[in-house]
Amino acid sequence: MGKTATAGNKGDKIRSDCHVSLELKDSGGRDIEVNTKTGILFQDVIRKKAEEVLNHFDLKNARLVVEDYGALDFVIAARIEAAIKQVAETDKEFLPEIIQENTTESTREQYRFTRLYLPGDSPKLMLNAGIHYPNGVILDLEDAVAPGKKHDARFLVRNALRQVNFYGAERMVRINQGERGLIDLEYVVPHHVNLVLVPKAETAEDIQKVNEKIEAIQKELNLEYPIWLMPIIESALGVVKAYEIASAADNVVAMAIGLEDYTADLGTLRTDEGTESFFARSQLVNAARAAKVQPIDSVFSDVEDMEALKQNVLRSKALGFDGMGCIHPRQIKVIKQNFAPDEAEIKKAKKIYKAFVEAEKKGLGVVSLGTKMIDAPVVKRARRSIDVAIKTGILDPDWMEKEEK
Amino acid sequence: MKKYDKIVKNALGREVPTVVNGVEMPPYKGVGKHIPDGRKHAPRIPSMANYPEDGNKLVPGLREALQKAGLKDGMTISTHHHFRNGDLLAVQIFDIAAEMGVKDLVWYPSASFPCHEPLIKHMENGTIDHIEGSMNGPLGKFTSEGNMSGTGVLRSHGGRYQAVQDGEVQIDIAVIAAPTADEFGNAHGLEGDAACGLLGFALADSQYADKVIVATDNLVPFPCIPWQIQGNYVDYTVVMDEVGDSSKIVSGTTRITKSPDRQLIAEMTARFCDQAGIIKDGWSFQAGAGGTSLSVGNYFADIMRERNIKARFVRGGSNKYLVDMLEEGLTDYILDGQTFDLEGVRSMRENPGHVNTSPFTSYNYHAKGNFAQFVDVVVLGATEVDVNFNANVATHSDGYLLHGLGGWQNCLFSKTVILPIPLFRDRIPVVRDEVTTICGPGELIDVIVTERGIAINPRRTDLIEKLKDSDLPIKTIEELKDEAERICGKPAKPELDDEIIAVIKWVDGTVIDAVRKVKA
Repeated sequence: MGKTATAGNKGDKIRSDCHVSLELKDSGGRDIEVNTKTGILFQDVIRKKAEEVLNHFDLKNARLVVEDYGALDFVIAARIEAAIKQVAETDKEFLPEIIQENTTESTREQYRFTRLYLPGDSPKLMLNAGIHYPNGVILDLEDAVAPGKKHDARFLVRNALRQVNFYGAERMVRINQGERGLIDLEYVVPHHVNLVLVPKAETAEDIQKVNEKIEAIQKELNLEYPIWLMPIIESALGVVKAYEIASAADNVVAMAIGLEDYTADLGTLRTDEGTESFFARSQLVNAARAAKVQPIDSVFSDVEDMEALKQNVLRSKALGFDGMGCIHPRQIKVIKQNFAPDEAEIKKAKKIYKAFVEAEKKGLGVVSLGTKMIDAPVVKRARRSIDVAIKTGILDPDWMEKEEK
Repeated sequence: MKKYDKIVKNALGREVPTVVNGVEMPPYKGVGKHIPDGRKHAPRIPSMANYPEDGNKLVPGLREALQKAGLKDGMTISTHHHFRNGDLLAVQIFDIAAEMGVKDLVWYPSASFPCHEPLIKHMENGTIDHIEGSMNGPLGKFTSEGNMSGTGVLRSHGGRYQAVQDGEVQIDIAVIAAPTADEFGNAHGLEGDAACGLLGFALADSQYADKVIVATDNLVPFPCIPWQIQGNYVDYTVVMDEVGDSSKIVSGTTRITKSPDRQLIAEMTARFCDQAGIIKDGWSFQAGAGGTSLSVGNYFADIMRERNIKARFVRGGSNKYLVDMLEEGLTDYILDGQTFDLEGVRSMRENPGHVNTSPFTSYNYHAKGNFAQFVDVVVLGATEVDVNFNANVATHSDGYLLHGLGGWQNCLFSKTVILPIPLFRDRIPVVRDEVTTICGPGELIDVIVTERGIAINPRRTDLIEKLKDSDLPIKTIEELKDEAERICGKPAKPELDDEIIAVIKWVDGTVIDAVRKVKA
């Protein structure tokens, strides 16, 4: 028997995925077996894709069994390639075409209220992530992927970056810690990732190492699009060094806190009220603001309790955070709505903003509302509230014109 | 007798037989184009002289009742699906028939369920020639692979009533499972261990069948009130240990979806209705079985609560969610066709506003109107939809016949018909160039709501106008189809044999499509 390898997932509950078993042989040609839940509808399409991948890697003698549960082509290709690379030495990659929508760039300032975590080895959750309109999607190679699936996940995440339409969400990837994370970068940097999350950051050096590797790949491949960084602070030491981490590199745009690991590090339990993490969250907000990056709060793990989530978001907003992670699409709307300014806030902001526009028109240096003078930071905050209200869809972009009518 | 004969192209261009199991069936001509002529079927005239003087029609058991009813080769035997997957009678009836050596029966259920899988052996041993009704799950697979002797005939709930009323199907023996009954044969579904709510699907059978047997496990002294089924139509009554398992009324399709993707589709559907101005005080809706439809109903309730308005009536399939709306005062009435859970049964027993209906009042096309036409918006499912808005609910894209029609076709006569469906399921596109089987013509289907966009039928210029400034993702059906194919790739066509294994009837008795054998 030749060398064998498997990749992917199988079982009754698996959907939009496949499992492949590969055996390399010395002779005898190719033998491809396809069993697919889609039956006759995609049997030949899958076989053709399998042939194409094996051709690409020049494997003339092999037995390949594909158990398919409705996987799309990019998933099938990722699974076969993951199997091949366990048993064959090759530098080649089988890259599906990159869709136009996934070549967009993101900006430093754009809002990151919601970012949806997607386990890097589960294609099913990736396909419809974009329809819930999170600000960002995080293809996770770290904690959401079992140790035995880390290899498979790299190919799947790479292909998803090229093929899955996330409908405008910022494309983020959370890499692993340390050396493994640096190798992860080779699978994502060349494929138009917008932002890389660096977990368990404790020193500026952790960030610099990641950044150096990104720059090296960009230089080698002549890539010009920006790749932003979001360190995640998950330890007592990380909290102490938060400012240093946030200002470790020019392309850090946001800094997040991960409270599960942090509370474990403190030797305490995480509560809904979050008293135990009050210091850390405040410290993180302060450090992030000092470094002029967005402070982002931890995920909320009870996906059933929307009221508790709402309270958590309101606390988070009050502390000064700009966004929060989501582990379920259901959480997106609640987080967006509650990070957004409320009615009273918008009303006040509109008044201030109108007064400001009026003053500008008249060429006045001072903005006043009634008999009160308004300082520049107040105007700045009002503009931000209005901007957020528009971006979250609660305020019409043309509100001024419409109100004047 | 040929299984089917004389194939022609119908008004939708589908090749259909005009003779099925020896019975002539006109091809589909278009919506409202086939106008029947003549009189309704008339059952034989009975005389009290031939029935017990004391009105006690009890016989010792189901076998005796079937024997007395004259069970013999070639007869048509009907049963009903008030217990859904908890039906216990159908299998017993055909077990008895097989023991008696009776052959070539036609089973005429109002719907079939996985619990009917044991009937496959009776189709193999010749007891049953074919099924007219629905062929779900295992029965559908058996039929699709060409194993049934006769040709299957699928009808909607309204079409079933129509076929009996018009005499197209003549029921020899109807067996009605009754949760509560008296010796005379009066029966209802509100009480008893097997309480299932109502017995509306058996109405036509009681009125038109040659012999009617009522089987109960809860015999009460005369009068059994309310008499949903009237003993005046009944020949024999039977007491059994158990007539149905009402705990199995609840099926997977009667629980609200937890999938965030489907919840999104449901929310988009509700927002669409709101923006189209459909949701207003005194309106009405029907949200069928299926997790997504139920979720739509929940969003409707939220909107009504917020606006402080209520519906005049809601059409059920009743379940806990509709009952909550009724009891909260969000609707004056539930007009119920069947109960989908035990809360529905309880409510029908307790609430005067929870009304039991039959396929005659709700769905029969050969009548002087029916109330489906009053419903403002109906939310239905589909396995496939094509670019002409034709939809399929019976077969899957691989050609297998797996579902019945239920009340689906009948609901298409509501004022606005919306199909909330995912754009693809496990890589299989739901919006297609052409559906595998046409169960409903596109001219009656108004809106398709998918997670990636909403398509409005170009015929509904009023809806297009109302939604023209909407923030909802309104697209053309072709755009939806292209997006599905872009994501999934283009599926191969299923390999189908020329042989027809079942026909799909339209609400007026014409044949709208034929289902062909799957090449195994």
